[in-house]
Amino acid sequence: MTGERFISFDGVSKHFGSTTVLDDLSFDIRAGERVTLIGPSGSGKTTILRMLMTLTRPDSGTITVDGVPLFHERRGDALVPAGEAHLRRMRRHTTMVFQQYNLFPNMRVLRNVTEAPVHVLGLSRDEAEGRGRELLELVGLGDKVDAYPSQLSGGQQQRVAIARALAMRPDVLLLDEVTSALDPELAAEVLDVLRDVARTFDVTMLCVTHAMRFARDVSDRVLMFNEGRIIESAPPEQLFDAPEQVRTKEFLRSVIDET
Amino acid sequence: MSTGLWLLLFDGLLVTLQLTVFGAALGLVFAFAAGLARLSGRRVVRGIAFAYTEGFRGLPALVVLFWLVFALPALGLQLEPLFAGVLALALNIGAYGAEVVRGAVLSVPAAQLEAAVALNFTPWQRMRLVVLPQALVAMVPPMGNLLVELLKATALVSLVYLQDLTFQGQIVRAATGETAAVFAGLLVGYGVIALALTRLVRLVERRAAAGLGRTPAREVTR
Ligand SMILES: Nc1ncnc2c1ncn2[C@@H]1O[C@H](COP(=O)(O)OP(=O)(O)OP(=O)(O)O)[C@@H](O)[C@H]1O
Ligand SMILES: [Mg+2]
Repeated sequence: MTGERFISFDGVSKHFGSTTVLDDLSFDIRAGERVTLIGPSGSGKTTILRMLMTLTRPDSGTITVDGVPLFHERRGDALVPAGEAHLRRMRRHTTMVFQQYNLFPNMRVLRNVTEAPVHVLGLSRDEAEGRGRELLELVGLGDKVDAYPSQLSGGQQQRVAIARALAMRPDVLLLDEVTSALDPELAAEVLDVLRDVARTFDVTMLCVTHAMRFARDVSDRVLMFNEGRIIESAPPEQLFDAPEQVRTKEFLRSVIDET
Repeated sequence: MSTGLWLLLFDGLLVTLQLTVFGAALGLVFAFAAGLARLSGRRVVRGIAFAYTEGFRGLPALVVLFWLVFALPALGLQLEPLFAGVLALALNIGAYGAEVVRGAVLSVPAAQLEAAVALNFTPWQRMRLVVLPQALVAMVPPMGNLLVELLKATALVSLVYLQDLTFQGQIVRAATGETAAVFAGLLVGYGVIALALTRLVRLVERRAAAGLGRTPAREVTR
């Protein structure tokens, strides 16, 4: 299922004021790969995902997706900072699920899932609704199509958000601590849904998570972040059971102590 | 009191209602145009909207009215009196309304916009499908207050001889000498309209809340 290199970070740096968030970071992700990002708070995991979603620009370095620079476009012979049109083309590849779900409160569940397919992908309402119902069925919410987000539990809202993301038929699915705002039971439901998604969809997944069992189950590779750099990268069995770096060992111990 | 005088008051009431309804409609147009322009990416657009809102919020509605009714004709532009009244009120209330629109749009959490970016909506789709529907809900209560302000401001037009409720009240008072009774009548007249407007706003408010799937607490306890 995994193939060619699909996402590349090449010498990417990012600062907020005097804090260095990403420090000359380079790594690749292959098409179809499932990668989990772990690391202490503030190590830059969210920043990586937000950059891929074009919500934050790097200060320097290049990010390419499917061989095309994300934040630069060719104008004649020169590479210039990408405009909205280029960003919109690039966003076709990618979508993101957020920690706080961010469903649209002004739309019922089904419309949350169909609005972008209709307006962005150009599907007919019928087509989008058919597919939206299927996806909601998949996340176990086939009976909630007419509810408003405010009438759902956190776990249900997050499952709608996953369906909404999948409805965009993304090549890359970004998941930023999607269970961190949930009680353990609800988190477990959401993680089960994501296991299903990982099984049934041929999608590249980047997840930031503290759910180590889940990470072990679904990921091909785990990246350990510290202070804006990747200090260790290995398949989950290796990274969790026999970490090489002291910092990784410490971090894993602290996470396991917490839960 | 003769029927003729009652009819005068009734005519005045109609003029007051027209000023309120048309003033509110045109004022909303100004409020949305200026409020959204304040958030535009273009500096010139922002600048013009800023000048309008700051200018007209600082200017008494009465001065604007005098300008439209007395100064413009001197410059060769004669407006129909009722229209001049509506325009003056709308310019004034629109400047306050623009701040309401701007504030409501800014009150929509940034996370909503980020979710809309993640779904690859265009900037205009983000505004139209996600931000505005939520902002509208936040706008209803402050817009309701402005509506009542507008109603009260309509009485100013009697000073430029537009025959609204206040103006006709003065006529009736002069004809009958019944000062207390006439002023009590005006009080009741404006009061009833204000009450009706407030009820209307409540209704819209409840509709808007329902559009977000919220049931107002009032309905639960009832
Ligand atoms: N918009 C911003 N303005 C200023 N600083 C920011 C901003 N966004 C992130 N940072 C800082 O950048 C650093 C990295 O943040 P990031 O959110 O990527 O960390 P993280 O690894 O996701 O952490 P966590 O596990 O707590 O979510 C932090 O020190 C954070 O305070
Ligand atoms: Mg984070």
